[in-house]
Order: sequence, then structure tokens, then C-alpha cells
Amino acid sequence: MLKFTSDHEWLRIDGDTATIGITAYAQEQLGDLVFVELPQPGRKLERGAAAAVVESVKAASDVYSPISGEVVEVNEGVVGEPGVVNADPMGKGWLFKLRVADRSEIETLMDETAYRALTG
Amino acid sequence: MSSQPQPAVTPQLKRTPLHRLHAELGARFVPFAGYEMPLSFPAGILKEHLHTRVAAGLFDVSHMGQLAIFPRARDMADAARGLESLSPADVLDLPTGRQRYALLTNAAGGILDDLMIARLAERFMLVVNASRKEVDEAHLRAAIAEHCSVERLDDRALLALQGPLAEAVLARLSPEVAAMRFMEVRTLSLLGVECLVTRSGYTGEDGFEISVPESHAEPLARTLLSDDNVAPVGLGARDSLRLEAGLCLYGADLDTQTTPVEANLEWAIAKARRAGGARAGGFPGADVIDSQLAQGASRRRVGLRSRERTPVRGGSPLFEGAGSETPLGQVTSGGFGPSVNGPVAMGYVAQRAANPGRVLFADVRGRRVPVEVTALPFVQQRYKRRQ
Repeated sequence: MLKFTSDHEWLRIDGDTATIGITAYAQEQLGDLVFVELPQPGRKLERGAAAAVVESVKAASDVYSPISGEVVEVNEGVVGEPGVVNADPMGKGWLFKLRVADRSEIETLMDETAYRALTG
Repeated sequence: MSSQPQPAVTPQLKRTPLHRLHAELGARFVPFAGYEMPLSFPAGILKEHLHTRVAAGLFDVSHMGQLAIFPRARDMADAARGLESLSPADVLDLPTGRQRYALLTNAAGGILDDLMIARLAERFMLVVNASRKEVDEAHLRAAIAEHCSVERLDDRALLALQGPLAEAVLARLSPEVAAMRFMEVRTLSLLGVECLVTRSGYTGEDGFEISVPESHAEPLARTLLSDDNVAPVGLGARDSLRLEAGLCLYGADLDTQTTPVEANLEWAIAKARRAGGARAGGFPGADVIDSQLAQGASRRRVGLRSRERTPVRGGSPLFEGAGSETPLGQVTSGGFGPSVNGPVAMGYVAQRAANPGRVLFADVRGRRVPVEVTALPFVQQRYKRRQ
């Protein structure tokens, strides 16, 4: 299941695990990324908390956690190669994975149709 | 993620003569100094930056102020003296056909603006920062209007062609550019139109700045862009290029409360204008500046290299130790340097800490990131000086 936030994060649920990244629209707005800061595995995130940072040449942007959960894995690959987030934001450019704390939070997120309407 | 500050593109923003061309090329616009300017083109900041260092980048800098200073009595020495009354530069002995970097100072020795002064046969041409051009014009008029007319050239565009291939590209339009040396200025015919060309720029690379009548700016830009070696470059890459080159940005690294000595710009204070020189003093803040030249300043501008991959940005405080409570300086410009493939920054630190190799700590999002004081520039400057 694929969900989105109005802050341009996406979320892919597989059982108990949610994979999170930024959308194609977001990476396009940011421009070339030069640095990514990921949360520490084990960290417990509240929904809406600043979880990661993506930086372009010009500025840093926070990535917020769409749901609450515990960080179980981060994508080390993008730390060494931030450009992967630009090239494949929904695939190889994923940022971190959470163990879902509260499934009901997922229902409140946007589906793809609603997100496309938002970004035009 | 946090939304990027969306530029409020209002009708009040001014546009340069190349605006239509930028839009056609797919520019992303941002407001800058009251203008709607291209931040980047579809290639993106990284590619535009790297391209400029290997080939040629074309920049629209028409937002900057171009001022002509004519001596009323037709004696250039009058105009030179007028400019020297506002700056510690050597203007009297600036040869015709040459340009010099200069600072306008205030009574406290602070910097009102940094600019280029070029000497032609019958006038001086000044290029000043966009954000300061109104202030500069008023300041000049108030000081020298009796002996000089000060004209703002609003009907001219300014293009910068920068990079190792800039000479080859421009020589196709005017072969004599190959004979120009760094900081030389000539009047040249480009596509049949008289332009004022200097061999200078803001990237650390060889290059030219071209003042062209606004009606001919677009044809000239299109012609230059038709050369495969030339790519359009926006303000984003302009900033990363100048930062790598160790060049100051007025408003970030220089302001009215920063002296040339603090800014590590002593070289812009001509020997003739210092205490003991042939035309010592006579500019605002001379006493403060002379005193700092003799005794040093309490703080200094330095380069800063983040020891991690984390960029350190302007505004971050700098600390002596990871646990220190009181900052001993501040980052004034910072970002990512595509050519050095890492974070680059400049800032001011207490004199005692301003030694290359010294490790300080910048506060980045609440965490202390180690940064190393380093000499500037981060990339080697490649100006075509006299052999």
C-alpha cells in the first residue's frame, strides 16, 4: 500500500514495516541533493517529528515522519550518494524504515490520487 | 518535508532584459535584490557549477548597478580624487583601460559596498552590488556631485561569460579578447554593437563581463549560447562558484559593520592610501583602518572546511570546543562546493582562533560539527594575468 503526505513524503507498507522517502515532486523542488542525514536505528519517532534532513546545494530541508514508529533500518546507500534520491526517489532513494506503532495513523494519510491532485 | 520558501513572484519584482530568454530556457526563478532572477536552469546547480569550471557558463548579472562617473571639468583627476574621497583604493594611478576591486567605507571603517572601478578615457565605470546600487548612487552623488556627474546606466545589461573556454568563445565574436589580460577593460564591437568588456568575474575562473545595450542583450546571449561550450548558469551556481573561490558576498560576508582588515581584504587598501603613503587617508574610517592595519583586528574572515559531510551554513555560530557555551565567531557563507565535492564555508572568528588547521565547532541543528580553519580559496584561481 502506498500513501502520501502533504509534506511530500511517501510511505509504503509491507506487513508491520513502513518504508519512507520523499516524492518525485519533492526532489524536483529541492534540486540536486548533496547531503542526507538519516535517523539512528532504534530511535522512536512520533508522527510529524523531524526524522531526516535532505540538503541541496542551497539549503537544508527536514523530512517528517508520516507515522509513529521505531526506526528499524536506514538507507546507508543514499548517504554516500545523495543523487540517488533525485534519480529514484520512490525506489532506491528510500530513506528509512519504521516498525509501525499505530496502524490507524495510516488510514489518515493521502492515497496516490489525492496526492496527485495536490501536486497537479 | 519542510516546504521550500516559495518565491512570491509579484508584479513588483523587476526583470532584466534577458527575462524572456531565461523563461524560454526553463529557468526556475527566485526574487533577489528586487529582481526576478534565475536560480538555476533545467541542468541544475551542480551541473551548471561544474560546467563553468571546465567549459563556459553564461550568467545574467544585469541586476547589478552600472554607474558612469564623468568629471564635469573633463579632468579625470577630479573624478579620481572624488572616488578616492570615498574609498581606500588607488584611483588616481589606475591606468586607462584597467579595472580595480575597491571598497566604499563609512566613518567607522565599515564597508558600504565592494565594487569594480574601471577607467576609460573620459569616465570611470563602476559595477556595484544589486542590493546596494541605490545606496551607492546616493552616496556618490552626495559626495562628488559638485565635480562629477553620476549616471546610472539603466539601459544596459551585464553578462558574465566565465570558464576556461570563455576566451575561445568570445574570440569568435571579437578576436582581440585573446590579447586582454585579467582586469583589463576594452570597448569592443560584438555583433556590430559597442560593448564594454572587462576580463574579470566572480567565479575564480578566467572570464569576461560584458556591458551591452539592453536592446542587444538577448541577441548577444543567444549567440553565445549557440556555442556548444556555453551553458546558461543561474544565481545558485554563481554563489557556489564564488564561495569555492573564496570571494565575499556583500550582505553575507561583508556589511557596514565589517572593516576591510577584519574581512581579510587588506590588499584592497592601496599602499598609497595607508598611513605614510603618498595620499594617506582622506577616506571615511581611515583612522580605524590604519589602526587595525598596525595592530590587527579582533576578528578575521577565514575559510572553514567541515570535517564531516554535513554542510555548515551561514548564520551558524562557531565555538572553540564541542562543549563551549560562548561562540567565538559565526559562519557567514556556507554550502556545498561541487568542485571540491564537499562542504565549504567562510566566517569570522576571534583573531586567536584564525589559524589554518585550527579545529572549531559549528552548531548545526543543535549538534556540534567540527570544522577546520583553512586558507582561501578552496579552488585555485585561474585568472589570465600578465606572464
